[in-house]
Amino acid sequence: MLYQPWPWYVAGPLIALVMAVLILMGKRFGMSSNLETFCSIGGAGKFTDYFKVDLKSRRWNLLVVFGSVIGGFLGAHLLSPNPAVNISDATVKKLQDLGFESAGTSYLPTELFSVEALTKPSVWIILLVAGFLVGFGTRYAGGCTSGHAISGLSNLQRPSLIAVIGFFIGGLIMVHIIFPLIFGA
Amino acid sequence: MKSVIYIIVGSFLGVILYKSEAASWFRIYEMFQFDSFHMYGIIGSALAVGIVLVQWIKRSKVKSFFGEPIHIQDKERSFTRYIIGGTLFGLGWALAGACPGPMYILAGAGYWPIFIVLVGAVLGTFVYGILRDKLPH
Repeated sequence: MLYQPWPWYVAGPLIALVMAVLILMGKRFGMSSNLETFCSIGGAGKFTDYFKVDLKSRRWNLLVVFGSVIGGFLGAHLLSPNPAVNISDATVKKLQDLGFESAGTSYLPTELFSVEALTKPSVWIILLVAGFLVGFGTRYAGGCTSGHAISGLSNLQRPSLIAVIGFFIGGLIMVHIIFPLIFGA
Repeated sequence: MKSVIYIIVGSFLGVILYKSEAASWFRIYEMFQFDSFHMYGIIGSALAVGIVLVQWIKRSKVKSFFGEPIHIQDKERSFTRYIIGGTLFGLGWALAGACPGPMYILAGAGYWPIFIVLVGAVLGTFVYGILRDKLPH
């Protein structure tokens, strides 16, 4: 059971539990503010006051990040004998049409996330641009999936609903309009 | 002691997101194709339980584990920053197939190319910090 993929009705409530534990520790559930902390550690405070923060106050969240790295290691290396993700047949078909032959056989598409894929400059650009959009967008919107979709909506915040609608507008544009342009050719 | 708890909570989160495949690029693509209920189930059930827990914490005025009052900050009111920032985030989320939490988790899982995504994310955060005062919020 532990070694099979966990169903949504187990994962969802456990995520809510993680959020509640962090709130009960006097903190909050937000993963993207750590990106700001990385900038501050790197000396970005020299360029703008936005990154001048008391690093001590951010320490707890870096520990959560460190933990999630460990969790990823445990999940992948101890708890997952079979890394294949059982996505729907319709999705496999759509991805194969886009050139993703690894669909349904691996955890991440090897076309983007394997060491061999990094021999292609286009893959570097795709990964870098994707990361850039996530970083820029999440700080502009003041939160990511954890901060808005889970924490903000759990607290019935209208701004978070607007942000989540934005997440979906962006995601749908990317998958339905931009993917065929970059992968389909 | 507190430090250890944060690390344990993070590890727990990492295992949950990895094992539920929420950290898989394929699941994010499938979600935006509306081909499966899986991701909607995760987010929906997290929300259903989350709303109950947060409302309980707020109404019961329960103290934190360390005896301090709990204050859950409201999000600042605006429309522009949330819709523009959210849309940019969504574009990146779908392309990278990972939001910030899963990025760290995938690094731990040993998918090295995720470090390029992380470098991009830190760069994007830095550029936002620089341009912040010039952007509509």
